[in-house]
Amino acid sequence: MSIALKELLYKMADDQLILGHRNSEWTGMGPLLEEDIAFSSMAQDKVGQSLALYTLLNQLGESDPDTIAFTRNANQFHNCVLVELPNQEYDFSLIRHFLFDTAEALRFEMLTRSSYEPLAQLATKIRGELRYHTLHANTWIKQLGSATPESIGRLQKSLDYAIPYALGIFEASPHEDDLIKSGVFEGEQKLKEKWMAKVESIITQTSLHLPDWNLAQPLFGGRQGKHSEHLQPLLDEMSEVFKIDPTAEW
Amino acid sequence: MYGGGNTFEGIKTDSIALEDPIKLAEFEARIARGEKIEPSDWMPQLYRKQLIRMIEQHAHSEIIGALPEGTWITRAPGFKRKMSLMAKVQDEVGHGQLLYSAAETLGKPREQMIEDLINGKSKYSNIFNYPTFTWADCCFISWLVDAGAIVNQLANAKGSYGPYCRALDRICAEESFHLKYGHHCVIYLASGTAKQRQMFQEALNRWWPPMMHFFGPSDKISAHTEVLMRWKVKMGTNDDMRNQFLDMYVPKIWELGFTIPDPNLKKNPETGRWDYTEPDWEEFKRVINGDGPCNKERLEVRRIAEERGRWVREALKTSKTAYVTPLA
Repeated sequence: MSIALKELLYKMADDQLILGHRNSEWTGMGPLLEEDIAFSSMAQDKVGQSLALYTLLNQLGESDPDTIAFTRNANQFHNCVLVELPNQEYDFSLIRHFLFDTAEALRFEMLTRSSYEPLAQLATKIRGELRYHTLHANTWIKQLGSATPESIGRLQKSLDYAIPYALGIFEASPHEDDLIKSGVFEGEQKLKEKWMAKVESIITQTSLHLPDWNLAQPLFGGRQGKHSEHLQPLLDEMSEVFKIDPTAEW
Repeated sequence: MYGGGNTFEGIKTDSIALEDPIKLAEFEARIARGEKIEPSDWMPQLYRKQLIRMIEQHAHSEIIGALPEGTWITRAPGFKRKMSLMAKVQDEVGHGQLLYSAAETLGKPREQMIEDLINGKSKYSNIFNYPTFTWADCCFISWLVDAGAIVNQLANAKGSYGPYCRALDRICAEESFHLKYGHHCVIYLASGTAKQRQMFQEALNRWWPPMMHFFGPSDKISAHTEVLMRWKVKMGTNDDMRNQFLDMYVPKIWELGFTIPDPNLKKNPETGRWDYTEPDWEEFKRVINGDGPCNKERLEVRRIAEERGRWVREALKTSKTAYVTPLA
């Protein structure tokens, strides 16, 4: 059980850390000051959530959170590829935020019922934070997804591009059955079904349209440490100062 | 973060003679009694103009100031620093938002202010035209540039324009956390490895001259600003602010065992003020007029952000959208 649980914690923690890092890149660059501030808040929440999850791993015998986060290479990370993609323009960042956080809000909602008590407790806290992330995403998607031809066109293009990556969030673990049987997590398949319904319920309130789910091909690999060319440079940047002297206190 | 000084060069006071003398006398009496002036109150044209200019420059300094530190968010060493720096820089952007609102109460919309920033018409604090080469440069800003800003802002918070004072009260409360964060970072460098100490000493050597510039040109060469002092727009002279900063922070820097790169820096026991090598005001002028190491890059980043964000702002407008002056 311990291997399955650790794998689950690692992939969730890595997702939060990498997207938190990407969100923080909007600081000073947002389309309006209010969005700089919003993306920074979400970045802080996500990095904080990753720290909490790495702390659970530490309690299960893994290294301390700083070492885990700042010294591994890309092939040791288990985040989905969606979160590591560069921010690009605001339309892609917004679409990614919507697709990912819709999944996260549902994931942590499910995890509040986890048989692993420390995770269930943490999920209750994280669920509260994610409520604001989805509120933010939904508000913007509804507004920009129904406003001008340019905003609709941009969002549609980013949505089409992001969907295969978003389906990669739900790449099954080899330990899926163990997690389900032991009641730790109800599984990626169940999460994906809830996610598709939720995403549809928002997109149908806009001028955007979703692809045919039966034809959409998921882009997997991230959960097994197979990443795009974008992750290693992100990690090199993240650990640039830390690696000057990993034994130093900063 | 904000350094004053560059705000009040060569103001023209001719327009005061055209103001209604009775209203002007009442206005000045109110300020002398310590009352705050509010957006709908009568005010001389020069007062309005100078306040817009000052608050706008302050707002620009906050959002441009977010760039040299912001670039270290993705490189901050460890969770604690990463999360604190994100929150700190976010605060700075939030200060920009507050200050643009305060300036808007005087009649200039935010979009126009940002346009003037990008086209070079309005200035921002000169210090942000210098690069942050290492993590220690970022720590220098968090501790000492914020410290300098607090000296200025605490003084300005006692000024006469209500919305600006209220914004500054909030800003100063947040800046005091930045100061603690920055000081904490520097203490870790000071008490760390030889490499860490060297990093901060080098940052201090690089940043000392712009830090001395931060408070603006020496009183000996500054424009006369008596009327702005009387109206409580400007709350202290540049040299007073600089001296206050030196009084508070030179001992703290020395205490950590670092050397300040000015052999003439010492407190004069007779005057009770600091003696120092006169900063290079020609360099200050050159940088503020656009020829510093990072002026082009800073404005270019801002310009790209504005251009890339235009479609978003356009998409927020509806047929019912109307311009509303913020409450401040």
